Amino acid sequence: MARDTTRIDVRKTYKLFIGGAFPRSESGYSYVVNDAKGKFVANAALASRKDARDAVVAARKAAGGWAGRTAYNRAQILYRVAELVEDRRPQFLLAVQQSEGLSAAKAGDVLDAAIDRLVWYAGWADKLTQVVGNANPVAGPFFNLSTPEPTGVVAVLAPQESSLLGLVSVVAPVVVTGNTAVVVSSYDRPLPAVTFAEVLATSDVPGGVINVLTGSAATVGPWLASHMDVNAIDLTGIAGDTALATDLEVAAADNLKRVRRAPAAEPDWTLTPGLDTMTDFVEIKTVWHPMGV
Amino acid sequence: MPTTATDYSDVTGSEASLRRFLHGLPGVDQVGAEARAAALGTRSIKTTAKAQALDLAIRMVDLTTLEGQDTHGKVRALASKAMRPDPADPTCPAVAAVCVYPDMVATVKQTLGSSGVNVAAVATAFPSGRAALDIKLADTRDAVEAGADEIDMVIDRGAFLSGHYLRVFEEIVAVREACARPGGDDAHLKVIFETGELQTLDNVRRVSWLAMMAGAHFIKTSTGKVQPAATLPVTLVMLEAVRDFREATGQMVGVKPAGGIRTAKDAIKYLVMVNEVAGPDWLDPAWFRFGASTLLNELLMQRTKMTTGRYSGPDYFTLD
Amino acid sequence: MDFTYAPAPESRSIVDLKASYGLFISGQFVDGHGSSFKTISPATEEVLAEVAEADDADVDAAVKAARRAHTRVWSRMPGSERAKYLYRIARIIQERSRELAVLESLDNGKPIKESRDVDVPVVAAHFFYYAGWADKLEHAGFGTTPLGVAGQVIPWNFPLLMLAWKVAPALACGNTVVLKPAETTPLTALLFAEICQQADLPPGVVNIVTGAGGTGQAIVAHPDVDKVAFTGSTEVGKAIARAVAGTGKKVTLELGGKAANIVFDDAPIDQAVEGIVNGIFFNQGHVCCAGSRLLVQESVADELLERLKRRMGTLRVGDPLDKNTDVGAINSAAQLQRIRELSDVGEAEGAGRWSPPCELPDRGFWFPPTIFTGVSQAHRIAREEIFGPVLSVLTFRTPSEAVEKANNTPYGLSAGVWTEKGSLILHMAGALKAGVVWANTFNKFDPTSPFGGYKESGQGREGGRHGLAAYLKGGDL
Repeated sequence: MARDTTRIDVRKTYKLFIGGAFPRSESGYSYVVNDAKGKFVANAALASRKDARDAVVAARKAAGGWAGRTAYNRAQILYRVAELVEDRRPQFLLAVQQSEGLSAAKAGDVLDAAIDRLVWYAGWADKLTQVVGNANPVAGPFFNLSTPEPTGVVAVLAPQESSLLGLVSVVAPVVVTGNTAVVVSSYDRPLPAVTFAEVLATSDVPGGVINVLTGSAATVGPWLASHMDVNAIDLTGIAGDTALATDLEVAAADNLKRVRRAPAAEPDWTLTPGLDTMTDFVEIKTVWHPMGV
Repeated sequence: MPTTATDYSDVTGSEASLRRFLHGLPGVDQVGAEARAAALGTRSIKTTAKAQALDLAIRMVDLTTLEGQDTHGKVRALASKAMRPDPADPTCPAVAAVCVYPDMVATVKQTLGSSGVNVAAVATAFPSGRAALDIKLADTRDAVEAGADEIDMVIDRGAFLSGHYLRVFEEIVAVREACARPGGDDAHLKVIFETGELQTLDNVRRVSWLAMMAGAHFIKTSTGKVQPAATLPVTLVMLEAVRDFREATGQMVGVKPAGGIRTAKDAIKYLVMVNEVAGPDWLDPAWFRFGASTLLNELLMQRTKMTTGRYSGPDYFTLD
Repeated sequence: MDFTYAPAPESRSIVDLKASYGLFISGQFVDGHGSSFKTISPATEEVLAEVAEADDADVDAAVKAARRAHTRVWSRMPGSERAKYLYRIARIIQERSRELAVLESLDNGKPIKESRDVDVPVVAAHFFYYAGWADKLEHAGFGTTPLGVAGQVIPWNFPLLMLAWKVAPALACGNTVVLKPAETTPLTALLFAEICQQADLPPGVVNIVTGAGGTGQAIVAHPDVDKVAFTGSTEVGKAIARAVAGTGKKVTLELGGKAANIVFDDAPIDQAVEGIVNGIFFNQGHVCCAGSRLLVQESVADELLERLKRRMGTLRVGDPLDKNTDVGAINSAAQLQRIRELSDVGEAEGAGRWSPPCELPDRGFWFPPTIFTGVSQAHRIAREEIFGPVLSVLTFRTPSEAVEKANNTPYGLSAGVWTEKGSLILHMAGALKAGVVWANTFNKFDPTSPFGGYKESGQGREGGRHGLAAYLKGGDL
């Protein structure tokens, strides 16, 4: 198809997603994003430590409300996200192809899997409590119930290679249980994450529940790992970098964050996830009450 | 009207205000109350403290017989035992009172003479309380006239459970008036709740306040005819009530658990509870009683064990 | 009448104390390579025994023994057989309960009534509970593969109970253990070693190395330890989290707390008073989940405090072995020093200090039950864990203020709520950031019920089905 040479296309500015808004990086920096073949695609905002700080504030602000939604409501909202991703297939296909250098068919498989993963996790919202909670038969006249509750604000270093399927596979399990997330996207492949943020912005996910920072996990990660108002951190995005992972684990100890450790290599995201993707970011709360007249 | 009621005249003025007051009392958590009672039950009372406690417990006994088969001979024998529980040991104290049906009062009174042991009579259509008020009052006056020092009345549990608190209140007030003697030497009124029928500890707390506001001298758990009779948790709540009532009004009310207290060890558990919940002021037969029959011999056997160093047997104590 | 309770001391003669104790490695008591230290009775400062201080070589020997036992015996043994060993241990604990209770009270200073009625029975129950899991792991949802060797470091406040919380699930899941009891309370762990011998537990499945911080560090840092479980201070917990960073060792941490015990104006007031007393004076307040901050609704604050003070007046402080003692000795001179310091700070910061009149023994480490009134969130005594019989009293006006104040702490282990209104309880239970919420009760523990904290109070849960996750490969809650 011949291109209309008289029209200059309007390029998109890729921005951060914090508290439901799309700010540029506070630092003013951006970085060049190339496609898999090394061709310029866009400038992405380069998140700074202050962007991370702002994102944590937004996530904390959203935490109470999101955790307070009914599980059914969170399920519906996540399912709606899946619907919207499906609705934007062409855009996501392009982003995944560009980012990961996949054929259209392979990119389609990845997109299918990503949408299906969202649907899978959406369904867990009102089931995890039943599967991992317990009624405890204590030796006394007490009602005793243990249930999982969100741990709070979770920093997520998203995988570097799998820019969409990997991304939703680490974000959905965090928020489905009622946590809010500060996500650092793949550094080299941030565009699916930005597009995903745009989907979130038009979805029913409240602002601040998922915040997306494009940039370097190595730069922003330490600030999130040491942040005293972050409750947990997922180090998946620095798979294989044991030195950095060790540093971040040490930093995370400052307030005893729950840490999902960095794997030796990026996992195979096509496999069905385990419950640990969710249970790593919940607290079991046990409530006692006497039974009497 | 009894003086205690004046402090609460606004409360007891109407069914509605009385209900509001009683339902506004702090709730009682059964599990917590039972745990507290059990914890007090683990106190270990030894040596001199135990000897003191046993004598005190004997002095607190309302030696009771409330049987259809009671005869004048039987209650005379019981009254003799009340004055000298252990004929072999003159240091053994007498009990607090002998508790009988009204028709036995004169006989018991005669036997007890000026021993200092009181005569208590159950009245008001004991144990069910299911009779017209006139009859209950007549029953009471009959016992008072026969010389009863103390009247153990039963409340109308049906009225209480159906929420007619004012009716229960007024009945207690009326019975207390019937306890009056021309000379002013009024019989003391013990009010029996039959807590086994009221079931909940919230009810025990409410009925305790209701009775105290109506002028009860003593509040008493049970008739002994219904199971469960006295229990430690019920007594705990009643002791808390008299403690709080004194705090509020400055007036002391006595407590009498009755029925089901059979061993010396049980009795000592109650005394520990009196000591730690209501306070040592209540460790006096004027303010705490045991309604019991077989308990006395158990106390005597323990007492003998303490003095002789060996266990005794029932053959060495009189049946009545 | 003056009804004073005569002393009712539990006999010490049931305990056969040796003059010195070695380390328990591979089923034998052996001499350590390090020096030794004395463990004393905090109630009298009498030296109870001399105990070996394990050095790195000793810890290495213990880990090797545990590894051998794991590889050759314990991990291969069918769960049903492991279960029977644990049942055996549970039964021996029941049989020797009096002895264990007396020894615990001697070494720790806690009242015999607590060691006898709480610690030791719950220890036996814990082994009984996890024994039953050993051959049912495939139903628990965390897989069936043990981690290997577990290094376990436990505190002095519930010496034997913490041992049970650590050892029972570890063994049930097929792990072997190297456990270090606290340096001030090693004796019941050593008696437990004897129980393992009596039970014919295969050598090396349980190894007990005594010592202080250095010994604990050696366990945590040992490269052949697969799992670290620690109960103790948040400060040490953080150090452990740093020490295991990058190693892939699985960690469970049970750390400090500053629990709010929240009393609403419609509370069952007498039970609430009991709950407050139990919450802060149980075990001299040496309880990580102690209800050390009383949050009372302003409208009942005066009445509640009056009742609380009256009740505190009946607490009996003294000889831990006296069956009528309610509050025993502070575990160590160092702990007493810390309690004194923080209490002095409380006074200096302007809080009102009150203790009932009570005579404290001349020798030993003692601190009277104490409350501070007029405390605000900014006071150090409202923020720092005192770990002693010291209660800070704060007030609130509305449920949301209560939640805010209760959650306004880096800790999140436990909380208490007292109200007769069911919906308020459920609301509060949901809003409180605490791993255990006791509603209309406090300080209740059960093997079937998971225990553990949010935030800086720790990671992971102990007890219940959830407690298995800490000792199985890939088992995350």
